[in-house]
Amino acid sequence: MAEMSIVSILVASILTLNVVFARFLGICPYLGVSKNISTAFGMSSAVLFVMTLCTAITYPVHHLVLVPLKMEYLRTISFILVIAALVQLVEIVMKKTTRGLYNALGIFLPLITTNCAILGIAILNITEGLGYLQALVFTAGSAIGFGVALCIFAGIREQLAVRRIPKVLEGAPIGLITAGILALAFMGFAGL
Amino acid sequence: MSGISEITRGLWKENPVFRLLLGMCPTLATTTSCNFAVGMGLSALFVLVASNVAVAALRNVIPGKTRLPCFIVLIATFVTIVDLVLNAYVHNIHKALGIFIPLIVVNCIILGRAEAFASKRPVWDSFLDGLGMGLGFTFGLVCLATVREVLGNGTWFGFPVTPEGYQILVFVLPPGAFISLGFLIGAMNGIENWRKAHG
Repeated sequence: MAEMSIVSILVASILTLNVVFARFLGICPYLGVSKNISTAFGMSSAVLFVMTLCTAITYPVHHLVLVPLKMEYLRTISFILVIAALVQLVEIVMKKTTRGLYNALGIFLPLITTNCAILGIAILNITEGLGYLQALVFTAGSAIGFGVALCIFAGIREQLAVRRIPKVLEGAPIGLITAGILALAFMGFAGL
Repeated sequence: MSGISEITRGLWKENPVFRLLLGMCPTLATTTSCNFAVGMGLSALFVLVASNVAVAALRNVIPGKTRLPCFIVLIATFVTIVDLVLNAYVHNIHKALGIFIPLIVVNCIILGRAEAFASKRPVWDSFLDGLGMGLGFTFGLVCLATVREVLGNGTWFGFPVTPEGYQILVFVLPPGAFISLGFLIGAMNGIENWRKAHG
């Protein structure tokens, strides 16, 4: 991926390599907070914000701290600590400074620490050997892709709520099957 | 609660994949073949058992307010061990599982068991609980991988089972993962409902 241009990284990370449908990251919030479009939108914006911030910090942590000290094997531990601390910090800062944004994103922020998409993308940036700008674009694109998937799915779920579904498939199973059909549709973008 | 029921609870009644719906990301991503599913399941099993035991052993030492960061550091340590061991001894499985090995850290099953069970119980109970949950997770992964590998690739653990030309490629691709898991959970719900209705 390292040799792709910025624009194609952006398009690829939103559509063809969609974080939910192609990489299977962030499935828990995808199934959990997609009951209606407004919560889905709140969650997606919180993810976009935190994910980009996390990449902006974990990338230098890896290249300026871990690599010179030859401690790459501490990547998982240091990244999860950085992410957990960062989410706490963002929550406190937002509570003090931007009250409106805090009220809008508030409840989603603590949930994000355990969102595997955040750690996953932070690690992918390193393993794919991206440059700093490429990593930031890739992260933002992935977060937007997550948002697109979440909002489409929430829209479908609002319709599913009023339809008759076989009793054993209610809840998560029909959600997964819907996601499968959506993933099929997203595979169509692979031709791009 | 006796030892046997601690283990069987994770296998069926509170199966992490089918009943609790925890750890969905590795479930969907690593079940393209049964070999990878077993590799993922056993890695998670090891981390689950080790972190459960460590948390239970340290439960009186870790202060209540900072327990979650402490648990995460403990879990991340064991995940790093698994990561390095797999890379050294079974390199092709390590390569196939990719980022889902480091992502065991944020797997909700592991933190969930540490918080809900191991932080309140003695070491031996936590060990059994970790073992049961880990086996349940592995069982769930192998079920899903069996469906996907047999239908999509025509093999089971690498052995050919269906004749040439009867493979449905979509089952090894991402959409197949979602659809098979959806129907499997539906089937498990059906069995559970039937069991309740017929005692």
